[in-house]
Amino acid sequence: MSHHPIRRLRMALALFAFGTAAASAQTAPSVQTPTSSAAPQALAPGQTPPPLEVDVTGGISAPMPIAIPAMPTPAVVSTPAGMSDQVGRELSGIITNDLKNSGLFRPLGPNMLRPVSFPEVTAPAFDYWGGTGAQALVQGFIKANGDGTLTVGCYLYDVFSKVELTRQGFVVPPSDWRRAAHKCADMVYTRLTGEGPYFDSRVVYVSETGPKGHRIKRLAIMDQDGFNGRFLTNGQTIVLTPHLSPDQKSIVYMSYLGDRPSLYVYDIGTGRQRLLVPNAGLTLAPRFSPDGRWILFSMAEAGHTNIYRVPAGGGRPQRLTNSPGIDTGGSYSPDGSRIVFESDRSGAQQLYVMNADGSNQQRISFGNGRYATPAWSPRGDLIAFTKIGGGFHVGVMSPNGGGEKMLTDGWQDEQPTWAPNGRVLMFFRTGQGGGGAADLWSVDLTGVNERRIPTPLDGSDPSWGPIRP
Amino acid sequence: MAKLTTKLLIATALVAVAGCAPKRPPVLPPAAGPAPDQGYSNNGPRDGIVPGSRADFERSVQSDTIHFALDQYDIDATARSILDSQAQWLTHYPNVHITIEGHCDERGTREYNLALGDRRANSTKNYLAARGVDPSRISTISYGKERPIALGSDEASWAQNRRAVTIVLN
Repeated sequence: MSHHPIRRLRMALALFAFGTAAASAQTAPSVQTPTSSAAPQALAPGQTPPPLEVDVTGGISAPMPIAIPAMPTPAVVSTPAGMSDQVGRELSGIITNDLKNSGLFRPLGPNMLRPVSFPEVTAPAFDYWGGTGAQALVQGFIKANGDGTLTVGCYLYDVFSKVELTRQGFVVPPSDWRRAAHKCADMVYTRLTGEGPYFDSRVVYVSETGPKGHRIKRLAIMDQDGFNGRFLTNGQTIVLTPHLSPDQKSIVYMSYLGDRPSLYVYDIGTGRQRLLVPNAGLTLAPRFSPDGRWILFSMAEAGHTNIYRVPAGGGRPQRLTNSPGIDTGGSYSPDGSRIVFESDRSGAQQLYVMNADGSNQQRISFGNGRYATPAWSPRGDLIAFTKIGGGFHVGVMSPNGGGEKMLTDGWQDEQPTWAPNGRVLMFFRTGQGGGGAADLWSVDLTGVNERRIPTPLDGSDPSWGPIRP
Repeated sequence: MAKLTTKLLIATALVAVAGCAPKRPPVLPPAAGPAPDQGYSNNGPRDGIVPGSRADFERSVQSDTIHFALDQYDIDATARSILDSQAQWLTHYPNVHITIEGHCDERGTREYNLALGDRRANSTKNYLAARGVDPSRISTISYGKERPIALGSDEASWAQNRRAVTIVLN
């Protein structure tokens, strides 16, 4: 609770003195940063095997076997993150877990593999790794620096072609050591799948405990894999529906502070918060605009609920919808030009799209049942939603309402939120009856790869933040 | 729909019995306006309940809670009778302020239910105002599906949770 998590992750652009000699024996390694193109690179000249690629479109092809031995360290020393050799094992474990959870890889993790020596990191024993069945190999190292930082090197090899595909290095403060593993996993994932990164990202959510009739709810933030979590509020008031700002410095959420359910903007660095819309009635359903300048929200007045936007720093709210029913759940398109929202103006909740100024409101959902909690994909191509009818299920449709596809089949699966790469969703699943707790789950667009997020307590209302810089 | 109404009535009756002292059977709603003095003060000091207090309200009215149909916020005949008894008491104690809580069952999404709970609290407030209670005495709060009183995932539990509760502020 005491330390401030916002720290820059400095990238060392693969300037590893020890590694250059070994690497230059092969082709010159290219260096990628997370923002550079993730398109597959050409193989080295003279190599005949087909390019190592992962099929992300179906759920049919087998996951790619990939070996991830424990990362060695040049000298075992004590660091604030732990003994450096132990941290090296855990880094490889985090990478293993990330890649496994994507559903696209079948990792052989550090617990199943022989350790590698420090010099071996840049000179892999390709024949040995080929014998394990792995098609790709992730090796790396961890080194404690004199200034207290940690350097983590990350190398991806094609085992059959016996070439290095890419490498990156990260210099991190010890408190951010897990991020280096997520960045390494993102490098491997983007290089082999062509998809955007999503492992080095955080999720804000509501941590839950206690009986169903009186749940204790606390604002919480964690890494996307469910680890590294901390609580931001103490549970004395009900808190709901947090969302992380695009710059990841603040969270907008709803609180019952003083028995006046209202929206607050919480500064993660300072722990201070402010009321978003003073002197208002019930305000709910907040979402940031993609540029962070606006907060979309709903306000109830005399039994009617409409959608407004307000400058994120505070100011006068501007009304965007004006219907006698309930309009809520607004979510911006990634370019900020349009908004998808739900309204019961037709008699039951349905999805509508409008321009960002509220003009040109068009209904897009026409299937059987009610549709709620729309979330526009960061790729722009899909809108995720909760469909109500014999339970709650998470599905996606295109922004014009076509191509509806249901992804989950729980009793109550609610409120999907997108991973930064637009290929994975998180939502919360509630069980039936008095013991029915809520848990966080993820599912990808195939609908096949469904996983529970291992939060320490129960969880609901997840909101996935952007990839970290 | 007839089945649902029956269940609602049963649920309402159960809540009324469980939550409060024995009540008169529902009577026809009185006309709007000042209520006749029915001698509430007779109930007072002997049993330690202060006239005009929360405890006095809860034993004097038919119920502090009304119920709603699925995804609805209109005040039905049973609810009207209960609210009429509340309006009568509130007219008798014009300095008492109240909060009306709007609640929903778990079959709506979280944000929609917050808005629906607000709608239910507001339609309750509007009814009491039409029965002569000054709206400045009435505040509302929506709990959506955050505070169910029946924990089951079945029709009877859901019917109990779709409710508006009148709380006297002491």
